[in-house]
Amino acid sequence: MSEVQVYKPVLDKQTKLVVNGLKVYFPLRKSFVEVLMRKPRLYVRAVDGVSFDVKDGEVFALAGESGCGKTTTGKAVLKLVETTSGSTYYLPSRGIMESNPYYALYKKVSEYGHIDLQGIPDKLFKPLRRDIQMIWQDPYGSLNPRRTIFEILSEALEIHGVGSTKSEREDIVAKALEEVKLTPASEFMYRYPHMLSGGQRQRVGIARALILKPSLIVADEPVSMLDVSIRAEILQLMMELKKIHGLTYIFITHDLALARYISNRIAIMYLGKIVELGDARRVIENPYHPYTKALVEAIPEPNPERRHVIKEPSIKGEVPSPINVPTGCRFHPRCVALDQHPELEELCKKKEPPLIEIEPGRYVACWLYTKK
Amino acid sequence: MSEPLLEVKNLKTYFYTLRGIVRAVDDVSFELYRGESLGLAGESGCGKSTLAFSLIRLVPPPGKISGGTIIFEGRDVTKMSEEEFRREVRWRGISMIFQGAMNVLNPVYTIGDQIAEVFMIHKGYSKREGLEEAKKLLQLVGIEPRRVKSYPFELSGGMKQRAVIAMALALSPPLVIADEPTTALDVVVQAQILNLMKRLKNELRTSIMLISHDLSIIAEVADKIAIMYGGKIVEYGPSDLVYNNPRHPYTRALLNSIPRLRGEIRDLTWIPGTPPDLINPPPGCRFHPRCPHAMERCKKEEPPVVEVDRNHYVACWLYTK
Repeated sequence: MSEVQVYKPVLDKQTKLVVNGLKVYFPLRKSFVEVLMRKPRLYVRAVDGVSFDVKDGEVFALAGESGCGKTTTGKAVLKLVETTSGSTYYLPSRGIMESNPYYALYKKVSEYGHIDLQGIPDKLFKPLRRDIQMIWQDPYGSLNPRRTIFEILSEALEIHGVGSTKSEREDIVAKALEEVKLTPASEFMYRYPHMLSGGQRQRVGIARALILKPSLIVADEPVSMLDVSIRAEILQLMMELKKIHGLTYIFITHDLALARYISNRIAIMYLGKIVELGDARRVIENPYHPYTKALVEAIPEPNPERRHVIKEPSIKGEVPSPINVPTGCRFHPRCVALDQHPELEELCKKKEPPLIEIEPGRYVACWLYTKK
Repeated sequence: MSEPLLEVKNLKTYFYTLRGIVRAVDDVSFELYRGESLGLAGESGCGKSTLAFSLIRLVPPPGKISGGTIIFEGRDVTKMSEEEFRREVRWRGISMIFQGAMNVLNPVYTIGDQIAEVFMIHKGYSKREGLEEAKKLLQLVGIEPRRVKSYPFELSGGMKQRAVIAMALALSPPLVIADEPTTALDVVVQAQILNLMKRLKNELRTSIMLISHDLSIIAEVADKIAIMYGGKIVEYGPSDLVYNNPRHPYTRALLNSIPRLRGEIRDLTWIPGTPPDLINPPPGCRFHPRCPHAMERCKKEEPPVVEVDRNHYVACWLYTK
């Protein structure tokens, strides 16, 4: 038998980002009684040991149900939440490195110039923020209703000292708006968010992420709040901009059908861990992990035949609380494959399965495949 | 065929705002038989929720039903007095699962209390009797009966949605309107809720009117489909025909914009432009500014509704001889 290959993120010239053993725990407040009884502090284990790498120019999807930690992982990459442990290594784009006076101070972790993001004090991180931006999920909640589009977009320019006069900034904002096809830009610039449709607002969100010329964008469910009929338009725009600017996307989504269309690789998360990772089309069309299988089955399809059949998704119960994560494989209480393989019960309940390679480039964390 | 359960004819629901009249539902007609399910699809702002609110006469002011008839079980409900409608039709005849059901439950009452209230008000039950009924209903929708004592915050999103469905089923109405019943739910929970609705349809013979912007959700339940655009129904017919042979360019565009799970990856298409302003809708066919097949005629004259196949109706000049 060949050696089992446990997943390890690759750090090479093509790697934009490496996330290694990332953990984000949110402490719960102890009640008075718990303090008196000296109960140990409890934690919400939002992200519980996640590793992956993102190649330069790739669309990497993080998928899973709500509460699986995909958004927290994205935020941790941007240092918007404090990480409990683990490391993130990032390769900044060239332009940023040259103009950054602190660059020499950063700890390099590879010969290619990867930087250890966790090791950087916040002050030194600020210039790097230009290079990693985020597109938010809710185009209604993420734009300040009391500011014009110009004010919203130029705030980033002011903070990072781009453009010295107002007219210069106006030019940059106009360009950014034209890029996301909000034309004529001079008209949109002085509108308020409530005067725009959902799709137009999300374009503003994209323009805001792009205005500082980043190279990595974390897009957190950028189309989930929009009508199905205009989602494709926004996605198409994102893909065009990716080509023009050579962007890399981390695409956070719960919609696997969508992920199949736009992403190169996908990681399926469950309760703070990656359970399956690989080429997006292969993972979705031929899933291995029982959880991925259940997710794919549950997706509705525009096929009227389906109204005649009632097929329950092959998954039991509900998502457990991330405070009391089940022992062993965290999916075991809901796993239907476990019912068919009682011989694995001991293993699944006691030992956490590692993420292992079962086909070139395909990784699964499930004891079903580890024994073979 | 027997009498339809619900027959809507030329319904017009307008909002009289200071900026002008918003024609949210403009001359809509359809019918629904007992045990049948209708899917109502369209983009946000096309008037589908307003249509639903019109049916239970809960259109928020300044909106009101300005014309047309709604015949339910042989009686025109638009002519009823408010009291008569409340007593005899709303919830007893037509009930509704509201959009964003996660937030429609009152956080300071237990779900048992909230379901029992329906029985106390409509049937004059005592609280104890109401709670007994609530337990049976929760069982029906797949929640343990002991949960009557739970507050909404103690339930997961899927369970809250089930509780809201239980509330809509309380008086065993022949028609339940479900307005985007699965938005904000995860796919697994969504599949469970859709299965629950299929079961209710099969076992209780409840007619369901399912409203959604997502045609793949509607396909899971609906026997019949109405596609709404700009306050009008542009295509209407049995779901097998509408899905497999869509006629209206709008329906085609909607179907092509859905990412599929299997098969070849073609470029997704979308509908350019934005939905029409319902205060000043475009003249002629309301879809013409966004339509790839728009002709001169479409800009001037409104297309009539034609039957292109058995029971399959389309309002588009492409199909008019």
